[in-house]
Amino acid sequence: MAFEKAIEIAESANYLLRLYVAGTTPYSVRAIANIKLICEEYLQDRYELEVVDLYKNPTLAKGEQIIAAPTLIKRLPLPLHRIIGDLSVVDRVLVGLDLRKAKNSNLVK
Amino acid sequence: MDTQKIPSPTLTLPKSLTGIQGLDEITGGGIPKGRPTLVCGSAGCGKTLFAMEFLVHGAMLYDEPGVFFAFEETEKDLAINVVSLGYDLDKLVAEKKIVLDHIHIERKEIEETGEYDLEGLFIRLNYAIDSIGAKRVVLDTIETLFSGLPNPLILRSELRRLFRWLKEKGVTAIVTGERGEGTLTRQGLEEYVSDCVIVLDHRVTEQSSTRRLRIVKYRGSTHGTNEYPFIIEENGFSVLPITSIGLDHTVLSERISSGIPRLDTMLDNKGYYRGSIVLVSGTAGVGKSSLAACFSDAACARGEQVLYFALEESPQQIMRNMRSIGIDLDQWEKRGLLMFHAKRPTFYGLESYLTAMHKAVNDFKPRVVVIDPLSSFIIGTNQFEAKSMIMRMVDFLKINPITVFMTHLTTGVNDFTGIDISSLIDTWLLLRDIEIGGERNRGMYILKSRGMAHSNQIREFRLTEHGVELLDVYVGPEGVLTGSSRITKEAQEKAGQLLRSQEIENKQLALERKRKAINAQIDFLKAEFDAEEVETLNDIELNKLRENLLLQDRIDMARNRKGDIITNKNSINKARGNIAKS
Repeated sequence: MAFEKAIEIAESANYLLRLYVAGTTPYSVRAIANIKLICEEYLQDRYELEVVDLYKNPTLAKGEQIIAAPTLIKRLPLPLHRIIGDLSVVDRVLVGLDLRKAKNSNLVK
Repeated sequence: MDTQKIPSPTLTLPKSLTGIQGLDEITGGGIPKGRPTLVCGSAGCGKTLFAMEFLVHGAMLYDEPGVFFAFEETEKDLAINVVSLGYDLDKLVAEKKIVLDHIHIERKEIEETGEYDLEGLFIRLNYAIDSIGAKRVVLDTIETLFSGLPNPLILRSELRRLFRWLKEKGVTAIVTGERGEGTLTRQGLEEYVSDCVIVLDHRVTEQSSTRRLRIVKYRGSTHGTNEYPFIIEENGFSVLPITSIGLDHTVLSERISSGIPRLDTMLDNKGYYRGSIVLVSGTAGVGKSSLAACFSDAACARGEQVLYFALEESPQQIMRNMRSIGIDLDQWEKRGLLMFHAKRPTFYGLESYLTAMHKAVNDFKPRVVVIDPLSSFIIGTNQFEAKSMIMRMVDFLKINPITVFMTHLTTGVNDFTGIDISSLIDTWLLLRDIEIGGERNRGMYILKSRGMAHSNQIREFRLTEHGVELLDVYVGPEGVLTGSSRITKEAQEKAGQLLRSQEIENKQLALERKRKAINAQIDFLKAEFDAEEVETLNDIELNKLRENLLLQDRIDMARNRKGDIITNKNSINKARGNIAKS
């Protein structure tokens, strides 16, 4: 099963994450805080997180196909995922990061 | 206060020219400047092309760079799609006149976690606009966002913000939208874009398709409210409002021969105007095509190029038929002066036929265009479409300026064209059957001919092996006669005339004789009178002498008698005077 495999990989692989925010809006502030907490909790010592302000790097928005802000892109491990929003729904973030099955996402609030 | 003041241009809504043929006329100068315009319609109606033309024209013609945000097609696809219209997008992009951006949203890649906004899109748009100083923006089709992003509530509020932002940015924007059921767009974009809404439509009637455009709304401006047919042709999008295409074309006063000397005579002795529209209408078999061939022949003989649109006959057939009346069209075709374009309009559909005609005219660059016959454009009940199409075509030709010769088959003997295009026609010849004495002959007259003193006579129109001949018809108390009856009648007239002239001669002779007789009589009487006069005068003289002598005698007698001398002295003197006199 592909998903189990992905989970398996996810459990050991190094994560390359990039969070795109648009300035210091409440969304940005919350998203940065949330991702840091999630990474420390689930991906300790095996993640690399880069926060990019789109206002300062507008060309990246085009290159990365960013529409919504904030957008978290999981570049590695594959497959690529985009997680949009302020990352306040942790379960869905974990699904996006392939750390949890999607069907369980509504169990924990 | 002067209430009848004409509003100055600065007071009217600023508009942005689209450069789309015809649209700028309907809207009175384009779409609202610095505001978003919604262009909606069903799939395949030409939304993307419309938007792209707006942008490319802006970049190429009006020095207004533009940004194209494609939500459905990639940059590469877009560039390929417009190559056929002759636009080199890659070059425009390289020249920083256009920015293309493809917005790709893959639903399955996206996980939504909490609140967000579309600031990413705004930043992209803002960056694209600022990077080339864009004045025009196209968002094609922004509704795609709804299928890509899960939360419609956020999307709606963000779209509202987007349109407000576009307005604040001062860019003229076109937003396209797919037509929904019962609404103009699926997601009700018309709620957000309230300045100008244009609906494109593509429908099929009588198995032929017509594209139409309608301006549903244009806040703060008057606009044409009709549905206007439009076509997508070689050079792009073209809306064809009936009244639009220039009535300001150059007018030529040069005259060209109709190919029939007698007809030229009827037309103020000079023929048609160059660049005018000539229509020959008539029932079947009256010789319309022959007139067309005569005109083509004359034009080719002058060295002008003729493009002959044959809608019902093949070129070979036309050339064979014209040989029978002594017109050799083959030679001109061989020399490249005459080109036939033989296709039925049903083969293409009206719009495509128009397109094909445009292309043929642009390629061949003729000075004369023949359309034979016009009636072929009417298929079923498409008279309205046919009329507008013909009008567009005629306008196009007139602008160039090309002399147009059209034939039209009428169904009755009335002066009826089937399609009401009479106002377009400059010179209108009518051919009609005249049936008398078991014969069918052709009559021709000029129904109208603008700008020249033309003959009002009906002429008999004959097709002979030497070409077309126009003869005077017999007009007499019995009406108009043609053909054999005319010849008979003319013979009769001739005989009668001969008789009459003989009578006159006789009368003149008799009169002469009478005069001579009278003169002789006068001479005789005069001689008689002269003789009488002499005689009478002699008598008078004689009498006088006799009287004098008598008086002398009396005086002498008195002298002898020596009496009464004194008393009669006076009378004596008198008598003496008389004698002295005589």
